Amino acid sequence: MNKNSNTYQILYAAVMVLLVGTVLAFIYMALKPKQNENIANDTRKQILSALHIAASGDDQVKATYEKYIIQDLLVDNQGNIVDSAQNVAFDVDMKKNVKLAERQLPVMKCKLDDGSVKYVLPVYGAGLWGPIWGYIAVNDDGNTIYGANFSHEGETPGLGARIAEQPFQDLFQDKHLFVDGQFKSVAVLKKGQKAANGAEQIDALTGATITSRGVSDMMADCLAPYEAFLKKVQAKPQSEIPGEITNVVKPE
Amino acid sequence: MLSKKNKEALFNPLSKDNPVLVQILGICSSLAVTASLEPAIVMGISVICVLAFSNVIISFLRKTVPTNIRIIVQLVVVAALVIIVQQVLIAYNYDVSKKLSVFIGLIITNCILMGRLEAFAMHNSPWPSFLDGIGNGLGYTIILVIVAFFRELLGSGTLFGFHVIPQWCYDHGYMDNGLMILPPMALITLGCIIWIHRARNKDLQEN
Repeated sequence: MNKNSNTYQILYAAVMVLLVGTVLAFIYMALKPKQNENIANDTRKQILSALHIAASGDDQVKATYEKYIIQDLLVDNQGNIVDSAQNVAFDVDMKKNVKLAERQLPVMKCKLDDGSVKYVLPVYGAGLWGPIWGYIAVNDDGNTIYGANFSHEGETPGLGARIAEQPFQDLFQDKHLFVDGQFKSVAVLKKGQKAANGAEQIDALTGATITSRGVSDMMADCLAPYEAFLKKVQAKPQSEIPGEITNVVKPE
Repeated sequence: MLSKKNKEALFNPLSKDNPVLVQILGICSSLAVTASLEPAIVMGISVICVLAFSNVIISFLRKTVPTNIRIIVQLVVVAALVIIVQQVLIAYNYDVSKKLSVFIGLIITNCILMGRLEAFAMHNSPWPSFLDGIGNGLGYTIILVIVAFFRELLGSGTLFGFHVIPQWCYDHGYMDNGLMILPPMALITLGCIIWIHRARNKDLQEN
């Protein structure tokens, strides 16, 4: 058979691609469950990191997460709780672009060792090269940021990628989302610039203008719908905080 | 099993014909993944696997591959193997796969691979090709590990993530050199290794 005839070449390429495709599809299917588990665990780690809790090892991460995250909530933009089933907030796909009015906002309610209650709010936005996302832990005054964790898919190493590093994330600590009772988010700006709406601000990363702006926009866009919810948290005394488990049956 | 020619295929790439030091191939990834030892070693193992198996597969196919589309065939084989390595890493070593991120995918474009496939596997039988793949992969890995050793030690004071520089050094004013973590120092370290290597192997020196 002539190796350089068109028929041979086309057949060769077709059979090869078909074979390789089948093998890859099979491997992908076989490894998928394990991979999903890893990704979920990584997300748990990010959420715990926003709460300043370190955990390593697959089992430990899951156990630690389940210990501190006491309830998952979905709220609407009026601050009403729509759903509070298990893992309902954890399973929300932040990539989906849902209209603001219909959006169900995930909240993870956490109780730390000292008994203080925090709310973790996921944020999702765009960096320079791809998506960036993060978790913002807010104190039970509904205003002060307790901690933040950011991740990215492919920001420039050494520049934009530094949003995923501790020193940058620590800047958010103790910043306030509300100024004089008005929701302002927290702005990420170059030194010397002032936020137009008077929001509290932190320093942007040198050499990562677009990524810094991305973080700033992501915070403003994703946290704004929570305004009503956070106001409810601010208004209610500790015991009536939305989502508190109240129907515990007391032993006789 | 290990005739003279086979031994050459396996051991020459370790020093005299090292892909990084002598052929200056695969530089980009050896700069990018050598900030610490663990990713360097995982990257090295990944390259060894992909290189050895793609060499064997191409060597088996070498008599059937149509000359006109041989590069495409080689690329498909390499790409398939790289995807397998990447998926396995995501499933069994997620943290490292996150650290290596794009570089595993970029093994496809690693010049060592296409170079060995074209130069060796297309003309030799599977067993020598396998040895050649292992040899070249090892040659690449050794350099990666040497560079990563110095960068992690001087840049972070750690090896495999464990602190090895004692605290009293820091107390007496020693500081980790942050520049070692950045790519420029990887290039300079690599340059020093090439310098030492050439100085010891006079026959490699150009006039």
